[in-house]
Amino acid sequence: MKFVDEFRDPEMAKKILERIHRLADEISPAQEKPLQIMEVCGGHTHSIFRYGLEELLPEKIELVHGPGCPVCVLPMGRVDDCVAIAEQPDVIFTTFGDAMRVPGSKKSLQQASAEDCDVRMVYSPMDALEIARQNRDKKVVFFGLGFETTMPSTALTVKQAEKEGIENFYLFSNHITIIPTIKAILDSPDMYIDGFLGPGHVSMVIGQAPYEFISTQYHRPLVISGFEPLDILQSLLMLLEQLKAGEARIENQYKRIVPEGGNLNALTAVSDVFELREFFEWRGLGSIDHSGVRIRKEYSRFDAELAFAIPNLKIADPKSCQCGEVLKGVIKPWQCKLFGKQCNPETPMGALMVSTEGACSAYYSYGKIETKNIA
Amino acid sequence: MSKRRRILKASTITMAHGAGGKAMRDLIEDVFVGTFDNEDLNKLEDQARFDLSALQALGGQLAFTTDSYVVDPVEFPGGDIGTLAINGTVNDLAVSGAIPKYLSCGMILEEGLEVDLLRRIVRSMRKAADEAGVLIVTGDTKVVPRGKGDKIFINTTGIGVIPEGIKISAANCKPGDKIIVNGFVGDHGAAILNARGDLALEVELKTDCQPLHELVQAMLVVCPELHAMRDASRGGVATVLNEFAEASEVAIRLEEASIPVRNEVRGVCEILGLDALYFANEGKLVAVVPGDQAETVLQVMLSHPAGQHSAIIGEVIEGYAGRVLVKTGFGGERIMDMLVGEQLPRIC
Repeated sequence: MKFVDEFRDPEMAKKILERIHRLADEISPAQEKPLQIMEVCGGHTHSIFRYGLEELLPEKIELVHGPGCPVCVLPMGRVDDCVAIAEQPDVIFTTFGDAMRVPGSKKSLQQASAEDCDVRMVYSPMDALEIARQNRDKKVVFFGLGFETTMPSTALTVKQAEKEGIENFYLFSNHITIIPTIKAILDSPDMYIDGFLGPGHVSMVIGQAPYEFISTQYHRPLVISGFEPLDILQSLLMLLEQLKAGEARIENQYKRIVPEGGNLNALTAVSDVFELREFFEWRGLGSIDHSGVRIRKEYSRFDAELAFAIPNLKIADPKSCQCGEVLKGVIKPWQCKLFGKQCNPETPMGALMVSTEGACSAYYSYGKIETKNIA
Repeated sequence: MSKRRRILKASTITMAHGAGGKAMRDLIEDVFVGTFDNEDLNKLEDQARFDLSALQALGGQLAFTTDSYVVDPVEFPGGDIGTLAINGTVNDLAVSGAIPKYLSCGMILEEGLEVDLLRRIVRSMRKAADEAGVLIVTGDTKVVPRGKGDKIFINTTGIGVIPEGIKISAANCKPGDKIIVNGFVGDHGAAILNARGDLALEVELKTDCQPLHELVQAMLVVCPELHAMRDASRGGVATVLNEFAEASEVAIRLEEASIPVRNEVRGVCEILGLDALYFANEGKLVAVVPGDQAETVLQVMLSHPAGQHSAIIGEVIEGYAGRVLVKTGFGGERIMDMLVGEQLPRIC
C-alpha cells in the first residue's frame, strides 16, 4: 500500500534496530535501571504491540505506555454522565465506537443501548450532526472525546451547526489537552521517565513549540513520532542519540505530517469554540489543572452540560484497580493485582483494559506468552 | 394435469402474508415454490422425504447443520442475504468433507418489506443453490409486525453426505501441520462495512461469497486424511485458528507476511484500526493439512476457481497449547486471541 508499506520495510527495521542496540549499550553499559521511554499516545502503544516491537528492543529500554488513549483516561463518573443523558426521553446519544464498552459504575453505553436507550456509533462528529438533521424531533448529543487530534473536527461541527441554525444538536465535551497532562506526569514524584515519544496526531494540530518546556524546564528529550513501525523505531533512535549526547531537545520525526507551527485553521476553530476548564478529572491520575476544555458562552446553546441534568458524580475506581500506576509507568500492566483475573477484556474493571489502545488490553491481547501465563 | 399456480399481486408484505390464509398461499406458491421449483418442494407436503439408499450410496455419515442469517444492508456488492443463506450452510456442510444435498429455508419477513426485494433475494437463493448443486426442499414463512424485525431474516438447514474415510475434526491438528487459506481474507466483512455507507470511502469491495464444496472435494482427492477444516465466517480466520488451537491443545504460529489480504481491505483496516483476520468471510476456509502434503494440497487449491489465491499462512507448533501466535514482518511475535464482542473502530 502506497505510503504505508514504505514504513514497514523489515530490512530497514533491522538496520535501525542494530543501531538502537548498539546505542543502548553505549549509553548505559553498567546501568541497572533500564532507560524508560514513554510513548504518550495510545496509537503508538497499539502499533508497538501490533508489530511486536517491544521484544525486538534491547532489555535496557523499557517502554512506558502513557496516558494518551482518551478512552482509557475516562473516569467512571463520566460514563455515568453519558448514560444519564442517553436515558433521557427523545435523546439520540452518539459516540465513537471504542467508548461504547467503557464501564460506568452501573453500566456501559453498550449496556444502556441494550436497555432501550438510543445509542449510536458514529465515525465523526459530522455524522452526529447529520443524524440531528434527519431527526429534528429528537435531541442528538455527541460525546466529544479525545485530545487535540479530534478537537478541531468537533469544533468545526459545532460551528457548522451554528451556521445552519440546527437546534437539536448538543455536544457533551470531554475533550482533553495534552500539555498539562505531560506536565502532571513529569511532576509526579513516583516515576522517572528518560524521554518521550511525542504524539503524532496531536502535534499535527499543535505543532512543536508547546513541548519546549519539557526540554527547558525538565531536561528531557521528546521526539514527535509517526505511527508506523519504522517511524517508532527511528524516533527511538533519535531519542537514544540525544540521551547519549546528554542532550534534551524537542525533535520532529513525523515531518511529513506535522508542521512545525501546527495547523492554524484547526487551532483557530478550537479556540473559537472551546475554553480551558480550571480542572478536569482523569482516570487514575486524578484532577489535572487546565487539562479539559468546555464550550465557550458564544456556543452555549449546544452545550449538553447546560441542556441536560447531568449527575456529575465522582466515582472512585475499584480500590484494587491500579490503572493510575500503570498509566504513569510505575508498574507494568501484568503487575496489577487484577490483570487477567477480575480484569480482562470480557469484564474490564479499568478502562485500560477496554480500548485496544489501552496498555492492559494491548498486553492481554497481543502480549508475550510469558506475560499471559503470569496472569 | 398440473394445478395452476397462485400469483402474488401485492407489492408489500403485510401481516396477512403470515396468517396462514390465501395471501400466505399466494406468497409461498408464487415467490418460493415458483422460484425454487423442484419435485420435492412442489408437492407442498409438511416435510421433504428422501430415498435413503441414494444417500447411502454417497457415503456412510450424514452431515446436518443449521444457520440463521441477519445482515444490514440485505443487498450489498457481490451478493445479498439470500446468497449468504445458501452458501453459508453449503459451506458449513462442505468443510466436514460432506457433499451437500438438501436445504430447508425458513423466512422471517418484516411487515412492509417490498415484494420486489423479496423476489430478488429468493432468485439469488435459487441461483446460489443451483451453483452449489443443492435443492431447497422444505421451508417456512413468518411475518412479524413493522419494527419487530429487520426486513428479512433467513434460516437455512442443510443435509449432506460424508464420503467413507473422511475424518475432519478441529481436534485433529498436530505439530508439523500446515495452515492453508483459499484466498484473500476479510473481503466480506470489509464490503459490508463499506456498504453501510457510514464511511464514505471510495473503494470497490465485494463479498467473497461462494460455495466451497467442490474445492473441498478436490482437496480431499489428494489428501483424504486432511486434519481440520472450517469456513472462516463470523469471527474470521483468527477465531477459527483459536478454535483449532484450543480443541487440539496445540499452538499455531502464523506468518503475517504470507496472509493474503487485498490492499483495499488493508486500507479499511488502517483507517478504522481493525484487523482483517477477524473480519467475516463467506467463501473462505482454513485447512490444517499434514506438513508433507501441504504443497500438493496448495497446488490443487490454486488450480481451482475457488482457491486461486490460496496460501500457506502458518503451521502447528509444539508448546503454548491453545494459543495462536503471529510472527510479524519484523520478526516480532504477538498473540492473536479470540475477539471479545465485536471489533470497534478506534477513536484516532
